[in-house]
Amino acid sequence: MPLVKGGKIIADPLIHVADDAEIPGEGAILISAARFLGDAEALSQRAGKTGVIWPNNRDVDDLVPYLGRLAAVALVFPTFRDGRAYSQARLLRERHGFKGELRAIGQVLRDQFVFMLRAGFDAFEVKKESDAEAFAATVKRYSVFYQPTGDGRITALHRRMQLRHSESAGQ
Amino acid sequence: MTSPLEQKKIRITGPSMVTANRTWDGVVIYRTSKQGWSADLSDAAIVRTSDEARALLTESIADDVGAIGAYIAPVEVRDGGAIKPGNLREHIRSEGVTIDLPVPA
Amino acid sequence: MYAYDELDRTIINERVEEFRDQVKRRLSGELTEDEFKMLRLQNGVYLQLHAYMFRVAIPYGTLSSKQLRALAHVARRYDRGYGHFTTRQNIQFNWIKLAELPDALADLAEVGIHAMQTSGNNTRNVTSDQWAGVAPGEVEDPRIWSELLRQYTTLHPEFSFLPRKFKFAITASDHDRAAIKVHDIGLRLYKNEAGETGFEVLVGGGLGRTPFIGKTIKPFVHGHDLLSYVEAILRVYNQYGRRDNIYKARIKILVHELGIEKFAREVEEEWLQMRDSALAIDDSVIEDIRSRFTYPAYEKLPHMPDELKKAAHDPHFEAWRKNSVAPHKVPGYAIVTLSLKPVGGPPGDATADQMDAIADLADKYSFGEIRVGHEQNLALPHVARRDLPVLWKALDKIGVATPNVNLVSDIIACPGLDYCSLANARSIPIAQELTRRFANHETANMIGRLHINISGCINACGHHHVGHIGILGVEKNGEEFYQITIGGRADEKAEVGTLIGPAVPYGEVADVIEDIVEAYLALRARPDELFIDTVKRLGVEPFKERVYATR
Repeated sequence: MPLVKGGKIIADPLIHVADDAEIPGEGAILISAARFLGDAEALSQRAGKTGVIWPNNRDVDDLVPYLGRLAAVALVFPTFRDGRAYSQARLLRERHGFKGELRAIGQVLRDQFVFMLRAGFDAFEVKKESDAEAFAATVKRYSVFYQPTGDGRITALHRRMQLRHSESAGQ
Repeated sequence: MTSPLEQKKIRITGPSMVTANRTWDGVVIYRTSKQGWSADLSDAAIVRTSDEARALLTESIADDVGAIGAYIAPVEVRDGGAIKPGNLREHIRSEGVTIDLPVPA
Repeated sequence: MYAYDELDRTIINERVEEFRDQVKRRLSGELTEDEFKMLRLQNGVYLQLHAYMFRVAIPYGTLSSKQLRALAHVARRYDRGYGHFTTRQNIQFNWIKLAELPDALADLAEVGIHAMQTSGNNTRNVTSDQWAGVAPGEVEDPRIWSELLRQYTTLHPEFSFLPRKFKFAITASDHDRAAIKVHDIGLRLYKNEAGETGFEVLVGGGLGRTPFIGKTIKPFVHGHDLLSYVEAILRVYNQYGRRDNIYKARIKILVHELGIEKFAREVEEEWLQMRDSALAIDDSVIEDIRSRFTYPAYEKLPHMPDELKKAAHDPHFEAWRKNSVAPHKVPGYAIVTLSLKPVGGPPGDATADQMDAIADLADKYSFGEIRVGHEQNLALPHVARRDLPVLWKALDKIGVATPNVNLVSDIIACPGLDYCSLANARSIPIAQELTRRFANHETANMIGRLHINISGCINACGHHHVGHIGILGVEKNGEEFYQITIGGRADEKAEVGTLIGPAVPYGEVADVIEDIVEAYLALRARPDELFIDTVKRLGVEPFKERVYATR
């Protein structure tokens, strides 16, 4: 499954480590929440980068104490129709200020890329090769957005206000 | 995606056929005995056992590009072999709405 | 009405292009139906019995004449020459081809019409009442807030994949014509003691399998906080609404299972963390939206012009005027309801020719504006009283002047088994027969205000739960049967109706309704005691006895 980050397909810097496999002392890994929480203090201080896969039916609050030491959080779309991870992503980014990689995994399809980016995801384990290749073009689909999210884009409402002010200022 | 065949037991109680809607225009279609579809009910393949029904449905569902929403529906087979819709819903699908459409000038 | 600007139009156009690409990928097989279905639903495209159905949004029920002509064009060019107005102020076309939908959408986009989120598990059309902005006694125009909400909820990245659909309604009048108490979020706009504009917020109303009347979650949310508060509700719902069972996935179930107090606490906790965020609404933002609503340049006109005095001699005109014309907040003007419930006709339908004719009449007599009501009738909201006689003649000519508004033959019905793949039974022929039984206008007037609602299945798109008389189609052994309820209402005194007895077969429904009406006429305390009040006073028993005595 191709990983898209920075608008293109890249080699995955994180290694998925299964629950029953040994965790390497160094190197970048992605492990399940259960595994991580089982030994959170130690794991969040390991030498390499650590990423955690957080289930979509659990509050992110339990992960918040460790966010500062995590390189990545992966949130899950069991089907693309299950939108709980969008809320989790926004909370992690906007409320808790998570600066690491926020990765979308599960059934990640082309037609949700824009929503995911707006919610704060910056890495995508994309199901279909063709969707991954179309990522850069797809995210240009929309240029106007109504509501504010943490992506910093100005909303249509505020763009209008700006235009108004510049119009009247120019008079 | 779980197969509809796993979701529920397929049990038919009389002669049945498989019907769906054509993907590109939504027209009602019936599965034929030649791995195809026809908009004419008289071309429908008739199945009489649950196993046959299941097989016909599986094959129909595999055509995801051409047809959507395939399901097994009852038919009435008259003396002489004419195939008629087996319930009101299929009657409406094959004959059209039971009311007069508003007539544009 | 709201004037879409370049930003609004850009979003619509970008959406059309996205959908065009999605349809292309579907027809080529690149997208499976499983992957495509939710995408097409998010553009209002259903698969029905015979064909696709296309549901177009009419935000808060307001249309310009240009937009109505565009709907007529779609009906002609892509469909079979007519459309159906729905109980959520939308319009549906029943024979659309998927392959042609992107073109239809592009044609509609040219006049600022879209189909975004008219289906799917997202936030749907924000409805209001069809008299918004012109009703006497209204606090302020609720459509300003509807538009604010529309923008906020459109393509919201966090809430496009909710557990289930989500519907808003707003009222700004004491008499609730928007049925806010049976919506997922109902908003009652009012001014508090300090004169500040805000909302009583209700949650968890809804019909369908498990009807609920909405409960007040917060008695006053300041206008500035509306969006942040709504976001808090949606976020709690998105995270905790059930996803294991589609019949238990609406917010009403979550509210019911948690209890309103606990639910309110969850929302409050969430809200307090984000109320002063970017979602806080500035007065300048509200004023900007308000400034984009154009209102007519009303003239100073007399309440009783000569034209009206002269026409009073015509009993047909008078019958219509007394029934279909309502007071306007501006003296000398009136709100005119156009009945789409002709005797023997399918309720809520209009042909493309009718739509064009109504658009022309709107230009001539209503400053180019038309409204759509959830009762499936249209309205011309700015008619000068002096124009009523000439307007009536024109409306009568095109068949939208049946003087039956709010009467027994003004029936609300879903499309039912004639069209809908969810239905168990037909609803339109039942409605048609009832209009024939009660075609006599004197009789209908004598009966008085009586709302009959018909749904062809438990999904309740005909709002049968809140009909004064509700009719629900069910299936028994392959035959169509109908359960009858009485005593429901959708307004500020909203209530779910009560079953009066066992389901009756298709052929007997009209007889049963006639019996119910006869029972009412015999039981009412005075000629002006409404059906709904008689039921309230006496309960269901006396009706049950009379109706089922011989059955």
